[in-house]
Amino acid sequence: MSAAHFVLAALAVAAPSMAGAAAPPGASSCAGCHSEAGRPNVAIPPIHGQPAAEIIAAMRAYRAGERPASVMDRIAKGFSDEEIQAIAAWISAQR
Amino acid sequence: MAGAAASALVRPALAQGRAKVVVVGGGFGGATCARALRRAGLDVTLVEAEATYMACPFSNAVIAGLRGLEELRFGYGALRREGVAVVHQAAVAVEVESRRVVLADGAGVPYDRLVLAPGIDLRFDALPGYDARGAETLPHAWKAGAQTELLRRQLDAMEDGGTVVVSVPANPYRCPPGPYERASLIAHYLKTRKPRSKLILLDSKDSFSKQRLFQAAWASLYPGLLEHVPLSAGGAVTAVDAAERTLSTDFGDHRASVANVIPPQQAGRIARVAGVSDRSGWCPIDPVTFESRLRPGIHVIGDAAIGGAIPKSAFAANAEAKVCAEAVAGLLRDEAPAAPKLINTCYSLVAPDYGISIAGVYRPAGDLFADVEGAGGTSPLDAPLSVRALEARYAEDWFRIITADVFG
Repeated sequence: MSAAHFVLAALAVAAPSMAGAAAPPGASSCAGCHSEAGRPNVAIPPIHGQPAAEIIAAMRAYRAGERPASVMDRIAKGFSDEEIQAIAAWISAQR
Repeated sequence: MAGAAASALVRPALAQGRAKVVVVGGGFGGATCARALRRAGLDVTLVEAEATYMACPFSNAVIAGLRGLEELRFGYGALRREGVAVVHQAAVAVEVESRRVVLADGAGVPYDRLVLAPGIDLRFDALPGYDARGAETLPHAWKAGAQTELLRRQLDAMEDGGTVVVSVPANPYRCPPGPYERASLIAHYLKTRKPRSKLILLDSKDSFSKQRLFQAAWASLYPGLLEHVPLSAGGAVTAVDAAERTLSTDFGDHRASVANVIPPQQAGRIARVAGVSDRSGWCPIDPVTFESRLRPGIHVIGDAAIGGAIPKSAFAANAEAKVCAEAVAGLLRDEAPAAPKLINTCYSLVAPDYGISIAGVYRPAGDLFADVEGAGGTSPLDAPLSVRALEARYAEDWFRIITADVFG
């Protein structure tokens, strides 16, 4: 089992119980820009309820400067792998 | 009504011993915190003098005639529907010993923990000649509402060829890039409607937020129209004469056709009354819980708090409110909150289709928030106009999304 698969498996187990859990460091700030309700006609994409693996992959790519960005490259650099995984699991469990 | 009664009946055990939290101030910080505390299962009362809230972000667009003031108005219906008790009265005192907030009508609201989100008060004692009456002639427009409309009307009434003067205070103040966005959008208004006019930006500082981006944009969009006078070139306004519309600096006087005086500021009055502000006029806090360093049991969020690296912005207030709500809920369960991280993202419009941004990530460090090293920063200086247009679009999206998060 690869590391990525391990993370996914762990998240799959953890996710259902996380909706009401305390937000890990940084996670509750995201809804300042990313609509939890998924509002139509906005250019900023919704992230809440999206697969954790996609959020992790996007954050790592932003942090490495490998994905086009306006502000997310600057924000992703403030978080470690562990923090990104915790944020992704929590965001994924919302909505 | 029947539904409300029924839902109250199914939780008798909770209602019996449910902790009470009072939040004072219904802006981006207070309304967010009240909602988050309620969602955490607490008994929450929001005390806010005004029946509706007028948002400051995008009020510069109102001044420049790009947006209507009513588009900035939000209500508290959604908070009420979630079970927040909203009381439209001014909080006039805090009885720390008996843990009660005293309202204007004399009633007391008891609390187990209190969150103060009072925003700012303009200081009418800090700039000679500038008081509440002077602001009727030389608007500050630093709280959205009647003052915003007054400045917009004055610009409308000004003849082409007039001189607009904007004065900027020293740090700290609400919305660090706000004066520069305002100068930009007024310059846009003048360029498109009254092109023989001029804008002078008198600044009590030599450096400011997004400075290189603003200055590069001004050079390309508003050459000869917008003149920035920094501290070192005599930009600090030391006195005003409202009747003469004259702003004085150590280097000379500036007579204005329209003058916008953004005065020094301090934490909102209830913070001072409650004894949570220090000699600076702002409120020292524990950055993990936002609990006051001066009065245990009282938390301070938003512009009123001393945040260190984290700016006094609507985005930050919303983020702080959520962290504070979790900390308050945890403390009421006798749990020690974990150290948070906070994000801030702030867009400024230099023109309607020209946006720039600054972002930061913050961690507690002693009594303040510090920047997380290596993160944050501004939009690139060399970005194409398509990126500026995209960030202008993001600015509008951000406003729609955050106001829905807080009030929707």
